[in-house]
Amino acid sequence: MRISKTQQSKSTIKAKIKRGFNKYGEDYLFIAPYFLLFIVFSIIPVVISMLMSFTNYNVLEFPGFVGLRNYMRLFLEDKTFTLALKNTLIISIITGPVSFFMALLFAWLVNEFNPRVRTLLTLMFYAPSLSGGVYLVWQLILSNDSHGLLNGILIDLNLIYNPILWTTDTKYMFASAIAVILWMSLGTSFLAFIAGFKNVDQTLYEAGAVDGVKNRWQELWFITLPSMKPQLMFGAVMSITGSFGIGDVISGIFGFPSTDYHLHTLVHHLQDYGNIRFEMGYASAIATILFIIMIGTNRFVNRMLNKL
Amino acid sequence: MSAHEKKRRLKKRHKKINRSPVTTFFLFLFIAGMGMFMIFPLILIIGNSFKPLNELWIFPPRLLPIRPTMRNYQDMFTVMSDSIIPFSRYLFNTLLVTVLGTAGHIILSSMCAYPLAKKKFPGRNIFFALIMMALMFNATVTAIPNYITMASLGWINTYLPLIVPAFSAPLGLYLMKQFMEQIPDPIIESARIDGASQWKTFWLIIMPNVKSAWLTLMLLSVQGLWNMGATSFVFSEELKTLAYALSQILAGGIARQGVGNAVSVVMMSVPILIFIFTQANIIETMSSSGIKD
Repeated sequence: MRISKTQQSKSTIKAKIKRGFNKYGEDYLFIAPYFLLFIVFSIIPVVISMLMSFTNYNVLEFPGFVGLRNYMRLFLEDKTFTLALKNTLIISIITGPVSFFMALLFAWLVNEFNPRVRTLLTLMFYAPSLSGGVYLVWQLILSNDSHGLLNGILIDLNLIYNPILWTTDTKYMFASAIAVILWMSLGTSFLAFIAGFKNVDQTLYEAGAVDGVKNRWQELWFITLPSMKPQLMFGAVMSITGSFGIGDVISGIFGFPSTDYHLHTLVHHLQDYGNIRFEMGYASAIATILFIIMIGTNRFVNRMLNKL
Repeated sequence: MSAHEKKRRLKKRHKKINRSPVTTFFLFLFIAGMGMFMIFPLILIIGNSFKPLNELWIFPPRLLPIRPTMRNYQDMFTVMSDSIIPFSRYLFNTLLVTVLGTAGHIILSSMCAYPLAKKKFPGRNIFFALIMMALMFNATVTAIPNYITMASLGWINTYLPLIVPAFSAPLGLYLMKQFMEQIPDPIIESARIDGASQWKTFWLIIMPNVKSAWLTLMLLSVQGLWNMGATSFVFSEELKTLAYALSQILAGGIARQGVGNAVSVVMMSVPILIFIFTQANIIETMSSSGIKD
């Protein structure tokens, strides 16, 4: 009796799997190629990185387990890391929210105009982030000698007498960097907001007008924003992930390393130890911290937006 | 088209509620000013690319050339002729990586998005949660383990590490899945009842209906691949890309500045042109991009 029962359940499980495969097999086949690459190049690396952060792997020798030593060294001994962490947090706390609200404001304003003007304005605002590597043009604008565009104009207007070292003087570097980062920050979230504004149910505005909405600001606050919450959440993810990943723009214009490590971010620190010093275990610890910061901030902000 | 136009005009009329013309005027001024700031550096580089070398360093600096010349564009192909690798090789590499990477990304993401959006297979929610998580971190985090993976696959110093990871960019899959969810189920069901296989349904019913989404994936993927500079995966000069060549030209100092500007213009014009032609489709795709909990 008992034996037959287990046999029965075994055969039903087999049948279930078989039926499941018949039913969903094709679905899994469709997913398989992407899924495989995604796991190999995006998920497993995160896990490996976390594991490696507890080792002293340096490419040449077989990795040995060192416990929390990498993390202790990061937080207790590595002054540059502390500086990089501080810079990363400051830069993202400024550029993340500012770029988010800039994208929202411009998308809203762009949406006020007729389709043809809207198309043109969208292109104008999206072009900098669209054209990728062209941020190097800021080398010409911020160039340290009098041939730099900004210095040239200021000297020509007699506002300054000697060229300002926009990219190497620690007094100005930070402001210059923020300007460049914001300049190219209107990316995917900007487009999502434009789409969001465009798709708000038009009858809501009429209903709102009847109910006493008096001007465009009230309309924005009471009708438009609440109905595009999903886009806002998506835009927040894009802005946050982008702002913590800033690195190449800074090294492109301000050099690597920048003067006094003034604009040294976690991405730079990671590249320094990973690509130059080959201290892979240590670099993995930096990567893990960056990963935790990115995921943590995203989760936190999304939860807050969800409550609104 | 005329019906479309009418619909648009109607929409416009709706929007005129609650608008004071004075505020509209000042808002337009504001946004025009901001737009100028955004576009100014790009105009500068276009202007510079047409300047003869002696005009690049005049004081005070000028935005537009006095005597425009095509010289910089012609020089593009000769400036690196004394190096072992001709300029056209860098251009070819970038084209190859961009075209293959983008094609693979569109096909694999669409195939994967279809069951995710329309089927209820077990494991679906976990998989989508992983995609959502991947949107929340940057590729720099995975750079080191990826190098080890590429090395153990024997892919170092080939085109593969530049192309293959681009196939599985999470943003593309996410946007495609969100967009496919809007396709009405009856269309798919009727195709299945007519005897179309899943593969056929996918190619003949789904793909034509998500044209906007794959144009968007194309733009995003081209944007990433076209601008990809030096990587640690490739060390042979003949496998390097245009963006890398650009940084080398710019590093070549004052004499190379003009050519550098011309290359920059070529670099930026490709994604901008794609965006101009696909703009409406991209906005349409983005309208389904929202994160719904």
